[in-house]
Amino acid sequence: MSSRPLPQDPIVRALVAQARQAQLTRRGLLAGAGAGASALALAACSTGGGQARPSAAADVSDTDKTLNWANWAAYIDEDDDGNYPTLVRFTEETGIEVNYDVAVDDNNTYYGKVKDQLALGQDIGADTVCLTDWMVSRWIRLGYTQELDHGNIPNIANLAPALANPSFDEGRAHSLPWQGGFAGICWNTEKVPGGLETVEDLWNSELKGRVGVLSEMRDTMGLIMLQNGVDISSPDWGDAEFDAAIEVLDEQVANGQIRNIKGNSYLEDLKSEDTLAAICWSGDITVLNAEAGDKWQFAIPTAGGTLWNDNFLIPIGSPRKTNAETLINYYYEPEVAAEVAAWVNYITPVVGAQEAAVAIDPELAENQLIFPNEETLSNAFIFRALDGAEEQKYQTQFQQILLGS
Amino acid sequence: MAFAAFATTEAQPQTTRRKSPIALFLLLPGILYLVLFFLTPLISLILTSLQAPSEFGDIGVYDYAFNWQNYVTVIQDYWPHILRSFGYALLATVFALLFSYPIAYFIGVKARRRPLLQSLLLVLVIAPFFISFLLRTLAWKQILSDESLIITSLKALSLLAPDAYFAGTPFAVVFGLTYNFIPFMTLPLYTTLERLDTRYLEAGSDLYANSFTVFRKVTIPLSMPGIVAGTLLTFIPAAGDYVNASRDFLGGPDTQMMGNVIEANFLVLLNYPAAAALSIILMAAILVLVGVYVKRSGTEDLL
Repeated sequence: MSSRPLPQDPIVRALVAQARQAQLTRRGLLAGAGAGASALALAACSTGGGQARPSAAADVSDTDKTLNWANWAAYIDEDDDGNYPTLVRFTEETGIEVNYDVAVDDNNTYYGKVKDQLALGQDIGADTVCLTDWMVSRWIRLGYTQELDHGNIPNIANLAPALANPSFDEGRAHSLPWQGGFAGICWNTEKVPGGLETVEDLWNSELKGRVGVLSEMRDTMGLIMLQNGVDISSPDWGDAEFDAAIEVLDEQVANGQIRNIKGNSYLEDLKSEDTLAAICWSGDITVLNAEAGDKWQFAIPTAGGTLWNDNFLIPIGSPRKTNAETLINYYYEPEVAAEVAAWVNYITPVVGAQEAAVAIDPELAENQLIFPNEETLSNAFIFRALDGAEEQKYQTQFQQILLGS
Repeated sequence: MAFAAFATTEAQPQTTRRKSPIALFLLLPGILYLVLFFLTPLISLILTSLQAPSEFGDIGVYDYAFNWQNYVTVIQDYWPHILRSFGYALLATVFALLFSYPIAYFIGVKARRRPLLQSLLLVLVIAPFFISFLLRTLAWKQILSDESLIITSLKALSLLAPDAYFAGTPFAVVFGLTYNFIPFMTLPLYTTLERLDTRYLEAGSDLYANSFTVFRKVTIPLSMPGIVAGTLLTFIPAAGDYVNASRDFLGGPDTQMMGNVIEANFLVLLNYPAAAALSIILMAAILVLVGVYVKRSGTEDLL
């Protein structure tokens, strides 16, 4: 076909390439069948099949000094003018223009948005995305990620040893942590002055109807399983252990101890005091205390809490892999990592960031929820990777409780 | 409104039809629009609802098949949600009618002589639309929360048990549905009541009917088109609503409606066939219920 240069914008670019490929078949289809039939055929193409693994796009990083980064809201340092200081410096140092896009609002909805393009190996408009462990696990399993060239990321040496070999990505060939956090228990110190120590304490009858748990299966179920004495990071547990924990949750929802099961909006309930004690995320409580008065306390239960990470990965269709690797390498500089951690209040995976943080704010460097020490980390567990069938089964069981009957 | 069209075709004598290519041509954009944005997605939805899990596929991978058992499975798994959806929608419709009728009657009949007051009241009915319906529902969540002024005062007055709460209960969900759909009930009622000929009411009293009988035998039958349109405009969207019952808004784990089940199957469980089958069941059930309702509310005793 024509040899005109492709436009710069990645999405338009992908569309043009797609249109060129499809031109012949589309003509044939339109000539033969009606508009409805062709739309159906398209629909059939996009969702059906999906067995063949997509192949990685060719890297054009040498000539194209741009990068699209999709991330969650309030998850990078930001100044009063809405600029991202660390990203501005990255552009100055490397000449790579970064388009930082707050496109991820939920692992599931983001996945739903891009999965059809991923299955076809197309550019999803992001050269790197930060997603949570279990979702990363799914992407790697399905072949939706590109293998990282560690040669381009020398700072990988700064990766915290505890995070170097997760079960879903041994040796970190496809993903690298961006920020992490704990799921544990929290309570309103005014209404529950005695505080809580274990997940079992949430089932205290005095808290009846005022307890909340997270709709994120791995955090809620993980904490209950830890309470039951299961090591959630080991591959040894299976249906029996999960079923036992589901029974606990089911009972507490059925008897009204747990009134609600929520995602990010659980913070509203803590503020309105509908919820007095909950299973919650560490970084949120730091922010909530800063926003709405020092009223809440977070703790990792004595039986253990869950540790999760959001990880950089490079989608299969991205043609700017080297640029993405350059960015990842930059954020593994301890000074840069400390600057981000000071703003977002989550755990940085970069060794040396704590020392760098002392220069910014010595008190910050002592915060166990941002810079946990060995002792804290030894009580935090990563939920083991699930295979497709397990994920389907466990999510169905968990959703059954969320949906009631 | 749907009903009004239905009624007029029954009542008017059939006009002679002439085939005109121009009329057909003018209809073309509409037909194309329907084919493209209604028929195609509908067929795609039906095909999806019959898919079977791919044998070696991962989570969320399905192949085209004729797996009609999907329908049986979702009805077995989710029949409480199906019943609950229609139950809540019915309650919300009845409450909305009870609240809206006096409002519409006042605006349409009593305020007739004062056009300024009439327009002002109409604006008040429409005013909530100026704010997003999500925000209004979130605001109610705050108003009904445990430590809110309303709930704490009710408890202080011993009108409510000390450990009682509203948020996350069926009451809160039906309340939210009723509140959100009241304008959809009020406006069609207003349009019929506004045209109500009060001389009929006088005639009723002249025939020694008391005011209740006049209301029952004259006002209600004359406002039937508005009642039917209003109840349809309330019931249909309320049955499919998933915002009010959502756990993030007014609902809790035991108040989940069909919309929430479809959402969970679609986004979290990636069980697209189940989500599609449920959508079709919802559509079919509404179609049947509405059909029966329109037929029963009767064209014959209306006009």
